[in-house]
Amino acid sequence: MAMAADDIARMIKERFPDADIRIEDLAGDGDHYSATIVSEAFRGKSRVQQHQMVYDALKGNMGGALHALALKTTAP
Amino acid sequence: MSAQDVQDWIGKQVAGNDVVLFMKGTKTMPQCGFSMQVAQILNHLGVEFKDINVLEDMSVRDGIKAYSNWPTIPQLYVKGEFIGGCDIVREMFQAGELQELLNAKGVANNAQTLTA
Repeated sequence: MAMAADDIARMIKERFPDADIRIEDLAGDGDHYSATIVSEAFRGKSRVQQHQMVYDALKGNMGGALHALALKTTAP
Repeated sequence: MSAQDVQDWIGKQVAGNDVVLFMKGTKTMPQCGFSMQVAQILNHLGVEFKDINVLEDMSVRDGIKAYSNWPTIPQLYVKGEFIGGCDIVREMFQAGELQELLNAKGVANNAQTLTA
């Protein structure tokens, strides 16, 4: 059970069309990623809210198919 | 326990302890690198906290995710408020915001004298 970096980026982009997304495969195993996401949608939101928005965009894959995704979210 | 009982039990833990960490493993023997990082940060700050090992009870492991609408573990709660998972706690610690939050909420920690 793993997800390709492209799939993660695509799902995030669908939800945050303006986003600047950088995804790194930390271990090279398709299972441990870090994502840096910059989107206007995050402005004025708490970090918890920002990450919840991203988890929501990933539609339940986080904690399931996607074991580890270190998130860094900011507004531009 | 029914799903509602689990939610009630979690609510009591969160309300009854100033600082609660839902983690994989225990504070003395973490079983996941992310849980370990958060436990280490709290220990480093000298914060007393209750650790709840979600690996001991599948219903708590699932229940805590529903409780906070947060899909991963660890989860840190301070004075009843969900603070975040590993990324957020680490980011806040590095920025000094976690220490500020603990002080603002009146939770004893060893960064107190530095910011007072």
